[in-house]
Amino acid sequence: MLLAAETAAARGVAALSRLVGAGAGMTIPGKLLSKLDPGAIDRLAARLPAGTAAVSATNGKTTTAAMAAEILRPRFRLAHNRSGANLVSGVASTLLAAEHAELGLFEVDEAALPEVLRRVRPRAVCLGNLFRDQLDRYGELELVAERWREAVRRLPADTVLVVNGDDPQLGVLADAHERSVVFGLDDRRLARPSLQHAADSKYCVRCGTPYDYAAAYVGHLGEYRCPNCGHARPALDVAGRAVELHGLDRAEFDLVTPEGTRRVELALPGLYNVYNALGAATLARALGSSLDEIVTGLSRFVAAFGRFERIPVGTKRLLLLLIKNPAGANEAVRTLVDGGAPRVAVIALNDAIADGRDVSWIWDVDFELLLAGLDTLVATGGRAAELALRFKYAGLDDPQIVVEPDLGRAVDLGLELTPEAGELVVLPTYTAMLALQRLLAGRGLAKPYWERAA
Amino acid sequence: MTSIRVGHLYPDYLNIYADRGNIAVLSRRAAWRGHDLELTELGMGDPIVPGAHDLYYVGGGQDREQLLVAGDLASKTEPLKEAVTAGGAALLAVCGGYQLLGRGYRGFHGEEMPGVGLLPLETVAGERRMIGDVLLECELDPGDPRTIAGFENHAGRTRLDPGAEPLGRVVAGFGNDGESGYEGCRLGRAIGTYLHGPLLPRNPWLADWLLAQALAHRTGSEAPTLAPLPDTLEARAHDVAAARARARGGKS
Repeated sequence: MLLAAETAAARGVAALSRLVGAGAGMTIPGKLLSKLDPGAIDRLAARLPAGTAAVSATNGKTTTAAMAAEILRPRFRLAHNRSGANLVSGVASTLLAAEHAELGLFEVDEAALPEVLRRVRPRAVCLGNLFRDQLDRYGELELVAERWREAVRRLPADTVLVVNGDDPQLGVLADAHERSVVFGLDDRRLARPSLQHAADSKYCVRCGTPYDYAAAYVGHLGEYRCPNCGHARPALDVAGRAVELHGLDRAEFDLVTPEGTRRVELALPGLYNVYNALGAATLARALGSSLDEIVTGLSRFVAAFGRFERIPVGTKRLLLLLIKNPAGANEAVRTLVDGGAPRVAVIALNDAIADGRDVSWIWDVDFELLLAGLDTLVATGGRAAELALRFKYAGLDDPQIVVEPDLGRAVDLGLELTPEAGELVVLPTYTAMLALQRLLAGRGLAKPYWERAA
Repeated sequence: MTSIRVGHLYPDYLNIYADRGNIAVLSRRAAWRGHDLELTELGMGDPIVPGAHDLYYVGGGQDREQLLVAGDLASKTEPLKEAVTAGGAALLAVCGGYQLLGRGYRGFHGEEMPGVGLLPLETVAGERRMIGDVLLECELDPGDPRTIAGFENHAGRTRLDPGAEPLGRVVAGFGNDGESGYEGCRLGRAIGTYLHGPLLPRNPWLADWLLAQALAHRTGSEAPTLAPLPDTLEARAHDVAAARARARGGKS
């Protein structure tokens, strides 16, 4: 049993790497296994009695997968890469670590999706959205879209493809695969007056003509129709209607399915989390969850790390919102401002590979919305000065901008400026979020992510 | 107060590398000197009227968007040359816009995308993208050496014609083609470059140079010397970006 020997060796490495705290042991054993036997992942996945499911998107894949896990948990023992290790090696490590799992549930990086789909041959795939993201790392959006189209062409015929029909690049995939299920938003009251600056796929995927939008919700997501060739959003199988957003605290909506309509109450704010919930619900439905299980699971769900997470610090609180690309950051900003624009904000901009070494994306975020209430911006991280310039040229006065590249000192400064019992908004990029997490764990305020329950 | 008239070409299509950051910097820095930036968006089918604008801006786009505008831009060739080459309007073209202002772009499979031919250069697709931080040394005005820190991400290899003037010498990074040691192209008051970041926030002297050239076009006199501004944050951002280029430029 070569596979058994390999997996035992790789598990040993996992334990060792957790002991030394190196990357929480999440990807090292998977990398080792991929080296020892590249076909091992395929066979480990094939062993799962209930099969596997994959979730990918530019924004919201961690949250969507975590929501789906919450719904599916009563029905299946899960192998779920909840730590966010979402490359092929992370999927391999998760498969290794979950010996008695029944169903594999994987959040998958956009670029890694084609290989993961080819290897694990999932029962269901949920595709949430495609936005411009870290162009130095992923290349142009069109390139990722083309790889996804190819991956969908190669899907096994019995795989259920769940797509967000509000994204033109994904809606068109529903035509390319027989067993497709489409979800989307159906509530024109929430439409924005115009497409955002950062809207990406606003030209018809078939003929290049600008789409007419009956409603644009988040970035280029919405109800679109091409005035030239007629390409339009596909009919929705699962829809979100009668959405109510309650500031920074929660959101609720009608989940409309062929099996009936139920009110869903989310303990998370923002329209983008309604999208995440719709994706998770549609995926879980494809895997056999009942409407009751879906509604119960979604209402039980609390934020994934750093995604609208609140952490008490003495008498005050931190509110963490991960930002990593224009579309996602715009939704974070929009949701913050809907809850009352903050007076102090700490924004941490790093430029490691995982953040994107190209920091130009901050200029495509509509940070101007924050200026309505902002007294002080604490700019931090390796590219603090660049971020400070973003706000200076947005119109914030020099004295209102503090540049403090050290993350710990920046958070302390932000907390000093926060009134008693108040909340400090912190917007970190990915590696800044991990650094912040280590910092808070070091101060005994938060558990390391690899020790958390999902 | 002088009104500086800026024509922004295809902002809906060519905007991928935060081009609006460059426009914001031009606008604020003009305002801080008491001038007004009058911005006109020039989209598909909009005519170019020589003399109507003091500064043209063309940003970068994805291949798909670049292809969508290429035909329309080619139809604007004559008035654009009249406005810039003959008329002396200033111009800044970044990345995709830079390629389109040359004679053309030959794709990896031999497909040809015609350019305007305003800048003396042509571009051929290469196998690997050249991605990373860049640092340049340049001297747009003799005796006034400067540096530019930016970020490049392009598959095209751009070759300047013999005798054409580059924007700068590559200190770190790939530049036009990864071989020549030069980056960008300068022709009178027109500048084309691969560098975004965006380019102008951390290189404010270049924003001021463009504003001065635009003012010269507007008033028909010499380029004025603009009042200095306290560019402390800009200098910090430039220094960090320059250090990144020295450490990791041209290595991806």
